[in-house]
Amino acid sequence: MTTLTDPPQQTFRLSMLINDTRYRSMTFQAIALLALIVSFAYLLNNLFTNLAAAGLNISYDFLGDPAGYDINQTLVEYDSQSPHSQAAIVGILNTLLVAFLACVTATVFGVIAGVLRLSNNWLVSKLMSFYVEIFRNIPVLIWIIIIFTIMTAVMPAPRAFRGDEPEATMLLGAFAFTNRGVYIPAPIWGGGSMVVVLTFLASVVGVLAYRRYATNLLYATGKLLPMGWPSLAIFFVPTILMYFIMGRPITLEYPELGGFNFRGGIQIGAPLIALWFALSIYTGAFIAENVRAGIQAVSKGQTEAASALGLRPNRVMNLVVLPQALRVIIPPLISQYLNITKNSSLAIAVGYADITATLGGITLNQTGRAIECVLLLMLFYLTISLSISTVMNFYNKSVALKER
Amino acid sequence: MKKSVLLGALTVAGLAAGAAAAGTLDDVKARGTLNCGVTTGLVGFAAPDANGEWNGFDVSVCRAVAAAVLGDPSAVEFVPTTGKTRFTALASGEIDMLARNTTWTFSRDVDLKFTFVGVNYYDGQGFMVPKALGVSSAKDLDGATVCIQTGTTTELNLADFFRANNISYEPVPIETNAEAQQQYLAGACDVYTTDASGLAATRATFEAPGDHVLLPEIISKEPLGPLVRHGDDEWGDVVRWTLNALITAEELGVTSANVGEMASGSGNPEVKRLLGTEGTLGEMLGLDADWAQKAIATQGNYGEIFAKNIGEETPIGLARGLNAQWTNGGLIYSPPFR
Amino acid sequence: MSDTNQHSASFVRTESIPEREPPYAASGPVKWARDNLFATPANGVLTIVAAYVIYLILAATLPWILNGIWSTSSLAECREILDGTTGACFSVLSERWNQLLFGFQYPEELYWRPSLAFLLLFVAAAPVLFFDLPRKLLIFTALYPFIAYYLIWGGTILTPIVAILGCVAGGYVYQRFVAGSFAAGFFGGIVAALVVWNLGGLLITEEANEAAVMTAVPSRDLGGFMLNMMLGVTCVSLSIPLGIALALGRQSSMPLIKWICVVFIEFIRGVPLITLLFVASVMLAYFFPPESSVDLFLRVVIMITMFSAAYIAEVIRGGLAALPKGQYEAADSLGLDYAQAMRLIILPQALKISIPGIVNVAVGLFKDTTLVSVISMFDLVGMIRGPILASTEWNGVYWELLGFAALLFFVVCYGISQYSQWLERRLATDHR
Repeated sequence: MTTLTDPPQQTFRLSMLINDTRYRSMTFQAIALLALIVSFAYLLNNLFTNLAAAGLNISYDFLGDPAGYDINQTLVEYDSQSPHSQAAIVGILNTLLVAFLACVTATVFGVIAGVLRLSNNWLVSKLMSFYVEIFRNIPVLIWIIIIFTIMTAVMPAPRAFRGDEPEATMLLGAFAFTNRGVYIPAPIWGGGSMVVVLTFLASVVGVLAYRRYATNLLYATGKLLPMGWPSLAIFFVPTILMYFIMGRPITLEYPELGGFNFRGGIQIGAPLIALWFALSIYTGAFIAENVRAGIQAVSKGQTEAASALGLRPNRVMNLVVLPQALRVIIPPLISQYLNITKNSSLAIAVGYADITATLGGITLNQTGRAIECVLLLMLFYLTISLSISTVMNFYNKSVALKER
Repeated sequence: MKKSVLLGALTVAGLAAGAAAAGTLDDVKARGTLNCGVTTGLVGFAAPDANGEWNGFDVSVCRAVAAAVLGDPSAVEFVPTTGKTRFTALASGEIDMLARNTTWTFSRDVDLKFTFVGVNYYDGQGFMVPKALGVSSAKDLDGATVCIQTGTTTELNLADFFRANNISYEPVPIETNAEAQQQYLAGACDVYTTDASGLAATRATFEAPGDHVLLPEIISKEPLGPLVRHGDDEWGDVVRWTLNALITAEELGVTSANVGEMASGSGNPEVKRLLGTEGTLGEMLGLDADWAQKAIATQGNYGEIFAKNIGEETPIGLARGLNAQWTNGGLIYSPPFR
Repeated sequence: MSDTNQHSASFVRTESIPEREPPYAASGPVKWARDNLFATPANGVLTIVAAYVIYLILAATLPWILNGIWSTSSLAECREILDGTTGACFSVLSERWNQLLFGFQYPEELYWRPSLAFLLLFVAAAPVLFFDLPRKLLIFTALYPFIAYYLIWGGTILTPIVAILGCVAGGYVYQRFVAGSFAAGFFGGIVAALVVWNLGGLLITEEANEAAVMTAVPSRDLGGFMLNMMLGVTCVSLSIPLGIALALGRQSSMPLIKWICVVFIEFIRGVPLITLLFVASVMLAYFFPPESSVDLFLRVVIMITMFSAAYIAEVIRGGLAALPKGQYEAADSLGLDYAQAMRLIILPQALKISIPGIVNVAVGLFKDTTLVSVISMFDLVGMIRGPILASTEWNGVYWELLGFAALLFFVVCYGISQYSQWLERRLATDHR
């Protein structure tokens, strides 16, 4: 006689924490959490013991004290009596400025070099491979130093412009290339210049609207309107007309040699130029490789199919190859942009006042608040990196292949 | 794959840390070497020569302390520090003392909790300009581009000076002396400013030193001296009185050449106390009786150190000036050994 | 057919006439130049521009290099000899080569030790890099870290021996228990290794280090290009296991583990290496126990390893994601547990796909080791910017030194990237 017994009651045994897959992951996580807490507690305990032993404390009050030093390139109001926090903001803006400029030019360099590397011209493609290889395989710090040294040693000093027979002259009487930077004319906004600016903005909108209209018309009716000349005309003609109608309200202030330096005009400092150029040309080599890979990733059948449809070569490129190549190019491009932002921290090698040089450099030196400054510095870069990758990922999603 | 390197380095580090006791003096004695923070390279004050030997004015202070404490002037680990890392290196115990032309200021002493044990060089911030510029005073520098070596109090003094005189300038902060020099020589700056001693040292390395002048204005007080951590007074005393011993030796005419005979034959009781043949000064410090004798014998007295590294006979060619003994109208003055 | 021909043609050639040379313009270099350099007018313009650029570069550098001087003892002497003509002063390289390569503090009579370690590196790396070599060579690879450590740092031979013993003990325990459970084997191995290391550590006394056959060299005395090589090799090798762990953690189904890994990876990738080096130089010292002092080299190794581990983790994650899902399912259906599936099925394939990516990270990391010059370590760039340019004799020799540094890095990095490309081709054929 057999009686049906209930399956043996699963009693919880300790060994099930290891052997039972249902509980094992909990066990591991608990151990991990414990380890995390213990190690953090250990590190923090060390930190506070050490700080207490040295009689120091963690405090961010120094940010409100006057910085006491001057900065050569400030995008916002700043003088030596401004607080350290203001110096940090100046540094942040300078970082963003050089990163933005370098991203734009690096893309230009990269696209040109990447396309030319695929050129069927042997000499050009070899020259571009040489460019790519030499920049990719030498550290960016060395490039920054080399380019800064070239700037300093090769460009003339302002004093070379002096005298009756100067060693150097200004380009067109308006641009001065010196080893302290490039001086360009600055616009002076007279009365009525707002109208000209507004006209210009309106014509930009006009160009966009026209192109959109032409595209819509093409898709709707198949009628092809010319794009190039009308766009240029809308872009330039109204603004130039308005400029003369308003009686030339915008004038240029030319840089002039006075005292020790050029005065007037806009100065683009040598450290900015060196860093900007070095970052763009270095990253350009990486972008060139991405562009080349992207174009090569578009299968040859696509080009041939487009040609078979009767598209002209430039349209094949614009309408078929590039849109597909872009999907391959953009993700690595984003990480190159992030690299530029992060590499801009090497500004200290050339004396450019970015955040690493102000907050992480002079402020840190002067106040001795190493921990606080480094933490703030990391927080800033982390914020920037995360926002760039968020924005770019969003864009990336919008152009991604929509599979149905 | 490379675990052992980590482990090995950990072992080495662990050994280095093994003998950790309450006081720095005991640490140094147990370790057998003195960890001394210096600059990453400033000719005359602290720079490695072609053979990798550190030499210079600050280096001699380190060596003198090592000689006094350990009896061996070469038992020093020189730790190169930048303006950024020097204070952390000292505060975290990586180095025992910092002899890196560091200015004694209120906030460093009080807020950063360091003890400046004395002044081994009275300096001040000056300006160097090319002679061709025809500038004779720093007040003529309106609108000039100024190269600054960062990491010192230089930026602050400069900002204060130009602000006080209500003239404008454009600062170019440069990380290393070599790069600042390059900028200055290429004409990317009109003026180079740093401590006057540094300017002299820099000018000495130029191809044509005569083409550059130091302006008369000295815009700041820069008392440079060795420093140690707050709260370890025994160690602070050792460093302080080693420095004082070098100074007193010069005042009393004790040199590296005659220190032996002075110790035995001198009739001056202060010389005897200094050199340990009378009294128990060494014992009070926790050192051997002949601690100062060893320091002076190996490094020379203050004057000898000065002359050997930065004096007028060297390419740097600094005059004693403020750094003459008080008996000669300078500021170098040691409390008595009594 | 042949009939019609015979009727309509008065002459039929029966043997072929000898082939004629192709026209001059359609063969040889002319045709090549025409096809590759002057295909279209625009192309021709490009060629001329490119040729001009090349001419400019060569005109600026060649006389300078060819006219170089190798045997003076200071820049001033160079200038005297050159007497105003263009020419490089390479004497700085011939006089200071030892400092550029080994730093200024490494004892000169011991240069053979790092050099030997460098040569052995090739022997050790060969079986990893080239699969065709006999597998037995891997034993040497496994021993290499200990040998290299002993050669470079010196000191008592007990240190590397204890380290080897620890690893052997760990490996033995792992082998013994891994059949039962991976976790038991893995953690047991670590515990065994730690026990041996700690016990062995008691054996190693300070006196042993001083009386050693090989003079001990403190890591503060390392410098020059050697420092770059060491940081590069050490950090990359250490970061590969860490990177694998992070990548697996990021893919884990356990939320806490996943979360920790994601935060770590994104944090490290979000900040520049230089701020991490600042952490190593000005902050990390505060996080160690009060009585210890961990030297700067080790702190830098820790930070760079974390840095490259985060990047390698992302590369390996890509490799894991690229594996077809069937591989995971097949492993599950065989009844393999997680550790077995990863160890036997997934990771071997994923790592193989990731090798080119890992090599790229390694090259980038090697280049980034120059950043340590910013925190007062005297690597190649640090030596140039610091002691050499600051010295009285060589004040002002920029191009020769920077060019030399660039050349060294180029040779190494270009070599590695060529290897990576070879490997990519090799792996690509394997798949077909």
